[in-house]
Amino acid sequence: MENILLSILLAFIGGGILASAAQILIDLTKLTPARILVSYVCLGVLLYAVGLYDPLLKIFGSGVSVPLIGFGASIGRGVMESVRDEGAIGILKGGISAASAGITLSLVLGLCASVVFKSKPKKM
Amino acid sequence: MKNSEKQLLIKKHSPHSNIVKNFLISFVFGGLICGVGECLFLLYKSLTGDTELSSLLVTLTLIFIASILTGIGVFDRIAKHAGAGTLVPVTGFANAVVSEAMDSQSEGYVLGVGAKIFTVAGPVILFGTACGVVYGIIYFLLSFFGAV
Repeated sequence: MENILLSILLAFIGGGILASAAQILIDLTKLTPARILVSYVCLGVLLYAVGLYDPLLKIFGSGVSVPLIGFGASIGRGVMESVRDEGAIGILKGGISAASAGITLSLVLGLCASVVFKSKPKKM
Repeated sequence: MKNSEKQLLIKKHSPHSNIVKNFLISFVFGGLICGVGECLFLLYKSLTGDTELSSLLVTLTLIFIASILTGIGVFDRIAKHAGAGTLVPVTGFANAVVSEAMDSQSEGYVLGVGAKIFTVAGPVILFGTACGVVYGIIYFLLSFFGAV
């Protein structure tokens, strides 16, 4: 039970740090939200590539895998495993196949939402 | 208005106090979403016993919830306060995809929804993939020369 609470607390702290770091970047620099998302994904690939992601994942669990860093890291892992198993062709195959489930679900739900829900005009 | 009140008002609206407030709120929301993610992860792990599958299911569940909340218009109301707290978790990605799709519906399905759905998802996928390719080339060369 204590382990469960601890892992939830660590996930809270990890996610909190990553989110508030992004908030500070938005407030203090000219970084737009879209640029934040792109930087976090690239950071995730980088962290995975230099071998820092897995130790962080071990500590913070969902605290690093739920933020977009986890998305980037899964691209990194996919490329690495694919290159390891299949050679050079893995450079092209690994990335998107690792991220495919998340991308596909978002896109399909986006399409469904555009059919089902009417976008409300923004209140001025 | 008294001078002291005025000062208080100025302090309240100064960018400095906003930064602190935004920092705390985004920390709490980002933390909460990841905490919920961890609960889901523990649940899925106890059901499936597979770490990687459970992690993927957490991502998919959060994408699903964020998409529904975006569709019924609740997500934007939360995100207005939460700032980066809802943006940085995978919920922000799902929200960007779904809201762009909904907003561009009036422009038609092919060049409206079909094209605009990638307004935020496109850059994320592009640069994520590009970083992956760079890493793949480096990893391939390293393993080719026996370094890893």
